[in-house]
Amino acid sequence: MRTLLDPESVARGLRRMAGEIVERHAGAPDLVLVAIRRGGIAMASALSHWLGELEQHSPPLGSLDITLYRDDAATALPNPRIGASQIPCSLDGRHVILVDDVLYTGRTVRAAIDALMDYGRPRLIELAVLVDRNGRELPIQANYVLKTETVKPNERIDVFENSAGIHALIQDKASPTIPPGAPRPEVP
Amino acid sequence: MTQERIRHLLGIDDLNRETAEGLLDLAESFLEVSRRPVRKVPALRGKTIINVFFEASTRTRTSFELAGKRLSADVVNIGGSSSSTSKGETLRDTVNTLDAMHADVIVIRHAASGAAHYVARHARAGVVNAGDGMHEHPTQALLDSFTIRQSKGRDFRGMKVAICGDIAHSRVARSNALLLRMLGADVALAGPRTLLPRAIDSLGCRVYDRLEPALEGADVVMMLRIQRERLGAPLLPALREYARYFGLNAARLKLAQPDAIVMHPGPMNRGVEISEEIADGKHSVILNQVEAGVAVRMAVLYLAASEPGEIATPSDS
Repeated sequence: MRTLLDPESVARGLRRMAGEIVERHAGAPDLVLVAIRRGGIAMASALSHWLGELEQHSPPLGSLDITLYRDDAATALPNPRIGASQIPCSLDGRHVILVDDVLYTGRTVRAAIDALMDYGRPRLIELAVLVDRNGRELPIQANYVLKTETVKPNERIDVFENSAGIHALIQDKASPTIPPGAPRPEVP
Repeated sequence: MTQERIRHLLGIDDLNRETAEGLLDLAESFLEVSRRPVRKVPALRGKTIINVFFEASTRTRTSFELAGKRLSADVVNIGGSSSSTSKGETLRDTVNTLDAMHADVIVIRHAASGAAHYVARHARAGVVNAGDGMHEHPTQALLDSFTIRQSKGRDFRGMKVAICGDIAHSRVARSNALLLRMLGADVALAGPRTLLPRAIDSLGCRVYDRLEPALEGADVVMMLRIQRERLGAPLLPALREYARYFGLNAARLKLAQPDAIVMHPGPMNRGVEISEEIADGKHSVILNQVEAGVAVRMAVLYLAASEPGEIATPSDS
């Protein structure tokens, strides 16, 4: 296990990312942040905080559960937990920034784009991620990336939030995953 | 595998407290789908659901049909009188035919108790019971509990529920009593003595042959439809007399909690089991039940249509 991003570098990186977003969207009047559940939630709320610092007001923040849009949706988990999607406003004509923790195969983002389209017709959709890793299976790329990393076949990236902030770790693939909602380890 | 997947839903007996609550949780996320501008998700794209209704039903069939369509499944409806049964086909042959058409889920309503179990024994498809005779109507019970959760919260322990009317012939009452007891509610059943089943004690509920003691302090009042086809039989004298002793009106509802909710599975006989002012009043959650019905059936169909061979279990990941 090694640290890829510590809370300080995440905070710094997200502040920089917020600046890029504001610049590219001319002050961001039509912006909406949509986090992909559950990985994108912590990052999206931090990003929304920094956008608020820069522009006096934070953009609307929503969340999307993409379970029903997955290309393997019918191979359901025995007791699937699907969180409700919350889209705070109409997406028609808005600039939507999808937020997720790790961009890997691209399948989640593909599903999220499909899901977004069912809520309206955004003017444009962009993608912001904490970590862009190798292993893409679809022609999808992120517009805003905090860290690009090549991960070995026997490794994976874990992102989680605890009281210190957001962490990204490179873990051995065999190590147990922390189930969603479980208490997060305190990393020094 | 720690949790069993629900493939067939034949009765509340197929569930335990954990799977029932899991199903209700799942339905909550489907409720959101029905409220958005595009009321459709691609989850069951390419799946086939066949609704076989040997008994007439508009609302349950429509609810199942919408649920399937909102999940992007192909939904086909077969009615009793238009089906081959009217030409003498046996239920077994109907099942074989639907199986050969590669149905993923068969939703069945039948006048014979146990029909859904029979179909499940012989079909490869997942089977959902949409009402079998006087036996069970599990999705109605689930949608009722879902509606109760929406107004009263998730914890059913200590909650007082009164189910009133023709208990003996009601699969709605039976499924509800089983599920509500499983979830921890205190259930009272009330009806004319002729309409209470003999083995009623096995349901573990309080039983009354008058409405008033059941309503006393109730948080939830569930009125059952009086089936007019039972009139004239020695069981039930006349609608007016029934309304007088067993109809829910404003005066009787005062016995229940001030914030009690009133439910009815529909279709209602206004002025018989439920008065006009109560049906349209502020306690009524009857239309919420209809909305909940689609969400709950989406959850049931979603589970029933999933691939049996490819279920990921927590240990696989």
